[in-house]
Amino acid sequence: MKKNLTTVMFRGTKAQEEQLNEVIEQYRDMPGALMPILQKAQDIYGYLPLEVQRMIALKMGISMEEVYGVATFYSQFVLNPKGEVAIAVCLGTACYVKGSGDILDKITQILGLPSGSTTPDGKYSLEATRCIGACGLAPVLTINNEVYGRLVPSDMEGILAKYK
Amino acid sequence: MFRSHVLICGGTGCTSSNSLKIQEAMNNEIAAAGLENEVKVVLTGCFGLCALGPIMIVYPEGTFYSNVKVEDAHEIVQEHLLKGRPVERLVYHETKSEDIHHATSLSETAFYKKQKRVALRNCGVINPENIDEYIAMDGYTALGKVLTEMTPDDVIQTILDSGLRGRGGGGFPTGLKWKFASGNRGNVQKYIGCNADEGDPGAFMDRSILEGDPHAVLEAMAIAGYAIGADEGYIYVRAEYPIAIHRLEIAIKQAREYGLLGKDIFGTGFNFDIQLRFGAGAFVCGEETALMTSIEGKRGEPRPRPPFPAVKGLFGQPTVLNNVETYANIPQIILKGVDWFKSMGTEKSKGTKVFALGGKITNTGLVEVPMGTTLREVIEEIGGGIPNGKKFKAAQTGGPSGGCIPASLIDTPIDYDNLIAIGSMMGSGGLIVMDEDTCMVDLARFFLDFTVDESCGKCTPCRVGTKRLLEILDKIIAGNGEMEDLDKLEELSNYIKSASLCGLGQTAPNPVLSTLRYFREEYVAHIVDKKCPAGVCKSLLQYKIDADKCKGCTLCARKCPVNAISGTVKNPHVIDTSKCIKCGACMDSCKFKAIYKE
Repeated sequence: MKKNLTTVMFRGTKAQEEQLNEVIEQYRDMPGALMPILQKAQDIYGYLPLEVQRMIALKMGISMEEVYGVATFYSQFVLNPKGEVAIAVCLGTACYVKGSGDILDKITQILGLPSGSTTPDGKYSLEATRCIGACGLAPVLTINNEVYGRLVPSDMEGILAKYK
Repeated sequence: MFRSHVLICGGTGCTSSNSLKIQEAMNNEIAAAGLENEVKVVLTGCFGLCALGPIMIVYPEGTFYSNVKVEDAHEIVQEHLLKGRPVERLVYHETKSEDIHHATSLSETAFYKKQKRVALRNCGVINPENIDEYIAMDGYTALGKVLTEMTPDDVIQTILDSGLRGRGGGGFPTGLKWKFASGNRGNVQKYIGCNADEGDPGAFMDRSILEGDPHAVLEAMAIAGYAIGADEGYIYVRAEYPIAIHRLEIAIKQAREYGLLGKDIFGTGFNFDIQLRFGAGAFVCGEETALMTSIEGKRGEPRPRPPFPAVKGLFGQPTVLNNVETYANIPQIILKGVDWFKSMGTEKSKGTKVFALGGKITNTGLVEVPMGTTLREVIEEIGGGIPNGKKFKAAQTGGPSGGCIPASLIDTPIDYDNLIAIGSMMGSGGLIVMDEDTCMVDLARFFLDFTVDESCGKCTPCRVGTKRLLEILDKIIAGNGEMEDLDKLEELSNYIKSASLCGLGQTAPNPVLSTLRYFREEYVAHIVDKKCPAGVCKSLLQYKIDADKCKGCTLCARKCPVNAISGTVKNPHVIDTSKCIKCGACMDSCKFKAIYKE
């Protein structure tokens, strides 16, 4: 997976760091602990900036290169924070043949936001996702985990207006 | 005892269209009507007919309600449950009969008639969050039988004799896999793995089984553990499947409480426990060696085979890894016997296969049919055909690893070997239907884009080769292709297939090769005529206005973001194709359908 480093400043809190340390203590002796720890760390911070990866590497006594290698290998790990309004358009095959590519283009056109990025004010983020499994409703998108299905491009103005 | 049971689908599809809120509304309405001791609401796994979701079935009548909304709960409770009058407007039309009180049985409808539910037998029937309901359906009886009446070698022989082949795509005989890992029982640490990293976009068979019948998988893993002498199991499940994970967690907890997982199961001295591990969205982790590397906490890159996992697998120990659907078949093979299982299917492919039907088809959803059922039966009869009067063009099986099957081969009986012979593969069971509006060149590009993104980068043929394939396809789609490109595509595809390290690379060129084989004329149209016959590839399209239909309302001219449309009020407008950016805004806005693309 190609991943861009974030330009947003890291704003981790002491409380988050303590939570992370607890997670590392809980898992560190389990075989194959790095993946579960990264997953929990992403739950805590919402994404995995280099600062967090460095904390994990130090605490676990492994190299930063190993942590970064795993974090950038899997598409679920994100190095960029999501927007307040996180839009994800499904580009699974079932949605794609039913025109989800046009839905994505339409949102890009309305928000002026290319897929895979976040607006500078952090308000909107747009990404194309793998199949989310709601193929019966194709084409679908999710906004902050709310599912919208059976879409046509002309629906988008109305849906996005709800999140202004 | 309850006089009525209301089953509501709690699969991902129906949950996405609010079935949980419907359950809540039904419970509130039932309580308000004072029926809480007479009617019970059960949240089940997937019924299969996702296109009609959210789905609700009321028993004992068997009334099948489709497209239910939260607001309908009041009427269903007041009319149907209280007064005994089914709400006719919500009844699925296929099940309607003269006598509304005796609905046509679901098994008589076109969607279910030809299906044979083995792996899905409990999905949509039991509450997956209650182990007692699974036990009531003979759950864990097979494990009991295996532990008390059979030797580990008997178990392996039974699975071998049944002819069961891996349902994850490869089709390797399951019994053989177990046999390879069975040596040196008791002296070596071994592992059982379950591959629930369903990465094929548009496929949701495994998810539905885990959501609808999680105990079947746990039971089968314990049986496999007994057969090869392993006491630990791992389920590697996609983190994108929150409902499946939640139900697995509940199932594992309940099975431990009942002593069906853990130490000394059934008092036989057999120990077996299961842990969950979450995938993080890497398609290559569906490949067995990559999956195991991922469980070890590393980048999920495949390893060369041999050594095979049966010799050196997870943490370097002998491991058996099977797919979810394969496991779901096992308890029933043990209980009902080899002959029963072999009575279904074709000579070399026994049993049934679950398919996730998607794309341009009326009954989107999950179907399970005996091997050897033809594609025509699945698409036209069970799937209800292509919507909007369009024509069937091709079906894609096996996702990004498979190939397309053209309309001329629609009568092919589906089994492992037939699909390979026609240039596709069974894959895990994704079946995407396409109509005449799908461009096959664009489709091949779509899958290549996916594999380029998902290639782990370890071996060069896959990392570099797929990228070059994609570039050639991009060139053709942009209208810059040359006829020599077709030969290059074929040559490069064959190199990638023969030289890649793992299944991802070895199958990645299949979509290109099969579309070239069956739809070569579409490639030629893109290259020579600079036209996209399906009207999909934007660079080759032009938006035009039909002067006869245009009323001159000026709406499109006002919507056009680049002022490419000119014309005066009440006179036909014209699009300046040199300015047009092909965004389609004019076509969306036109009320007279006067704008078309070609």
